[in-house]
Amino acid sequence: MTAAARPLTRRLPRGVRQLLVALPFLAPAIVLFGAFVFYPLVKSVYLGFHITDPFGHNETFVGFEQYADVLGSSEFASSLLVTGTFTLYTVVPAIVIGTFLAVLANQRLPGIVVFRTIFSSTLAASVAITSVLWLVLLHPTIGPLNEFLIDRGLADGPLLQDGGWAVGERATAFDLFAAWFVDPNWALISVSVATAWMNIGLFTVIVLAGLQTVPDELYESARVDGAGRWSQFWHVTLPLLSPTLFFASIVGMIFAFQSFGQIDILTDGGPVDATNVILYSLYQESFQNFRFGAGSVQALGLFFILLLLTLLQFRFLAGRVFYRR
Amino acid sequence: MSVAIRWLRRIPTYALLIVCAGALMFPLYVTFIYSLQPIEVFLEGPPSLWPSNPQWDNYFASGGAVQDTSLPRYLLNSTIMAGVITIGQVVTSALAAYAFAFLRFPGRGVLFIVFLATMMVPLEVAVIPNFQTIQWLNWTDTYQGLVAPFLATGFGVFLLRQYFLTIPTELKDAAEIDGHGHLRFLVFVVVPLARGALATLAVFAFLQAWNQYLWPLLVTNDPDMRTVQIGIASETQNLDQINVAFASTLLAFAPMVLLVVAFQRYLVRGLFGGALKG
Amino acid sequence: MARLFFDGITKRFGSVAALRALTLEIPDGEFFVLLGPSGCGKTTALRIAAGLEEPTSGELYIGERDVTDVEAKERDVAMVFQNYALYPHMSVFDNVAFGLRMRKHSREEIATLVRGAAERLGIAALLERKPGELSGGQQQRVALGRAIVRRPQAFLMDEPLSNLDSRMRVQMRTELVRLHRELAGTFVYVTHDQVEAMTMGGRIAVMSEGELQQVGPPQDVYDRPANRFVAEFIGSPSMNILDATPAKEQGRSGLRTADAFVELPDALAAAVAASGARQVVLGVRPEHLMPVDGEAATFAGTVDLVESLGSEQHVLVALRHGTVVARLPARPRVEAGAALQLGVASEHLHVFRGDSGARIGP
Repeated sequence: MTAAARPLTRRLPRGVRQLLVALPFLAPAIVLFGAFVFYPLVKSVYLGFHITDPFGHNETFVGFEQYADVLGSSEFASSLLVTGTFTLYTVVPAIVIGTFLAVLANQRLPGIVVFRTIFSSTLAASVAITSVLWLVLLHPTIGPLNEFLIDRGLADGPLLQDGGWAVGERATAFDLFAAWFVDPNWALISVSVATAWMNIGLFTVIVLAGLQTVPDELYESARVDGAGRWSQFWHVTLPLLSPTLFFASIVGMIFAFQSFGQIDILTDGGPVDATNVILYSLYQESFQNFRFGAGSVQALGLFFILLLLTLLQFRFLAGRVFYRR
Repeated sequence: MSVAIRWLRRIPTYALLIVCAGALMFPLYVTFIYSLQPIEVFLEGPPSLWPSNPQWDNYFASGGAVQDTSLPRYLLNSTIMAGVITIGQVVTSALAAYAFAFLRFPGRGVLFIVFLATMMVPLEVAVIPNFQTIQWLNWTDTYQGLVAPFLATGFGVFLLRQYFLTIPTELKDAAEIDGHGHLRFLVFVVVPLARGALATLAVFAFLQAWNQYLWPLLVTNDPDMRTVQIGIASETQNLDQINVAFASTLLAFAPMVLLVVAFQRYLVRGLFGGALKG
Repeated sequence: MARLFFDGITKRFGSVAALRALTLEIPDGEFFVLLGPSGCGKTTALRIAAGLEEPTSGELYIGERDVTDVEAKERDVAMVFQNYALYPHMSVFDNVAFGLRMRKHSREEIATLVRGAAERLGIAALLERKPGELSGGQQQRVALGRAIVRRPQAFLMDEPLSNLDSRMRVQMRTELVRLHRELAGTFVYVTHDQVEAMTMGGRIAVMSEGELQQVGPPQDVYDRPANRFVAEFIGSPSMNILDATPAKEQGRSGLRTADAFVELPDALAAAVAASGARQVVLGVRPEHLMPVDGEAATFAGTVDLVESLGSEQHVLVALRHGTVVARLPARPRVEAGAALQLGVASEHLHVFRGDSGARIGP
């Protein structure tokens, strides 16, 4: 009789057994991520190495040349600038307003839930809906904003129709306040305002969630110690809200970089590339010009910039964020 | 202190609240008013902001949004797409989160980081190859094509794992002693306990899926397969019926607003920490 | 330092009345304890004093000033919270200095006052640390420091010791009493722990369901509980409570319980008769039950359980119908199962009405 009896079942090493148990739970996610996240990442790099002809076939291998070409081009630099500006315009005001609204709606008053819901409701708006709403608001001929401006004499009528809707026997004078989405100076701002409006709901929700993590007792202690509303906000709310605001800024930045719909609907990337953010430019390149290779390069460029920005944010801002143990 | 004085002190706050709410909702208000106007009004410049002749027909009667446009079809497509994506995300995330929270296996830490990393890969990078994949599978203009890339989400795995970790391991031990396997434990113990986190994930997933624009644009050409977002955008090109297009827009917005209103507390409470208590 | 006067304070939350017409005066410089079980309204009363809640009706005075409508930050009181409520992102120094900063003291003044308070509480070495790095006891002292540095009109404390381990608690109890002596301030202290109340309070107020049950120095409340609730709440182990009816047996006036006839002294018997109560409750504190023999014994039964505490024994005695607990010296040791007879001196009998629970007699 040997000292170690022969096992009846085939004994696998423990690690392998554990993996076998875990596999069915992880398999669906792994397959989906592999197919739709990691494979595309690799494929994008591969595509970047090739030039495709207008029919999407015949890939010619050009190595890093395409990378250099596209990433070094002035168009790319300009679309980066547009994207960066757009991010700033949509994230910063929306977080500030969202915080203001969240703090306002966080008070214990009768019926405050109604306001909380209203303030968060733009979260429910999609890019398409937001675009339609602001198209109306800022419309040159039928929009209330222009009506208001003209009535007050702040803008000259008559107004230009942007090739969109309702007609009228208007003259063709083109001036500064005429067509918010068509004027190169204002197009980006107009799209940003619409996007910021949509973002306010999201940030209100995020900040409201963050406010719940601040214990009531701290406010009460501050009150008894003599702090008024503003002091309470500055000394208690803000510092304890900093992780939330940090999270919001990262989320906001990622969303801004992924903005597409509103630009497609409102401005088509124009006028004169004023709103040509990278994602839109990439879309045009790949799905209108069928240059998948160039599009992929832009996508990867964007990816790395986003990654870099996120890391920078972590580096510089995370230090000032206060986390409780 | 008398009740009257207390209310008097609150007036400025309520005034501020009302002003902010009004300002935020103004775009919706304008679109709503416009959706009720007869089309002739638009030829003369900006319609008044007060409805003098509300055309409710624009909504539900013939010639209106529901009967005369493809809105119902779009709504159906969106519902199916968002529904399937939501179910997919919840199921795959719950399974994966279970493995990360309750099972031990080599490489668990690394794999989790890999899963988290998927959140970092933005859709831009994946969109071109994913489109090619869908094309290759002949899934364009199908529900599968609309849905496939979004059935799993790193965010969902992260969120649910956070919450699952707060479930005491004693429960797992007790279940084991009672002879229940992993799946039964997951379905009969973990899921009911994690109702809140699952609801939060479902709400966010549905909302995001419903509001998608780029992917449905790429993957569908057949007007019958359009989702509501693409549908609205295309409707606004139709100048003759612009007021009806506005009505369609608001009708497309309504379900999401109801969703957000109904599940308010999951959105706010579910975002931070697994500290959801029922 | 100033007095605190609750004048008919009522507080309702919806349909629930947390406080009912509370009228209470706390003189300047007193260490006053509000004692009671959870839900009795003691914390609500404290929060109203702080200005964190508004009373539904009634007035509150601090000193001579009616502060009912005055905001918390204008009241010049300091509060110490159960969970300390220290600002986690500020250093200990900044935490303590916070109130002074709000009142716009100069930098030098703040530094002096904060260091002074820190020295007094023994936390001077911790001034640069953050609350997250401190132990419970240290955090508690920082919270105290924050309160005392402002020299407020009154100190309000909401169960400040309940989150500490028992050793720390005992230590802090003496420190608080010493602090009170040194500062000569008005301390209002809320607790559910009767040991804290008895050891620290100059006067204690026992509350239940929003109403004052009894106010007085601890020993008075202990010796002469005003009603059944106070009698059972104060004292550990609790007072033995037995249902009884007034009766006369063999010419003696007394009370008949299910197990015994207890003779009452004349004054008490007269009071019982005068009260007209037909059902009463007899109370005897465990330390007043003594083992006796024969005639002197009131209760007879078998020992059910003995808890030996080293310095004394708590003996649970099963009578024919009820049980009583007696506190006996550690020796002679009592064994479970043994027969035991207990007697009580007549001056240690408490009688309460069966219906209202109010005390009968002197």
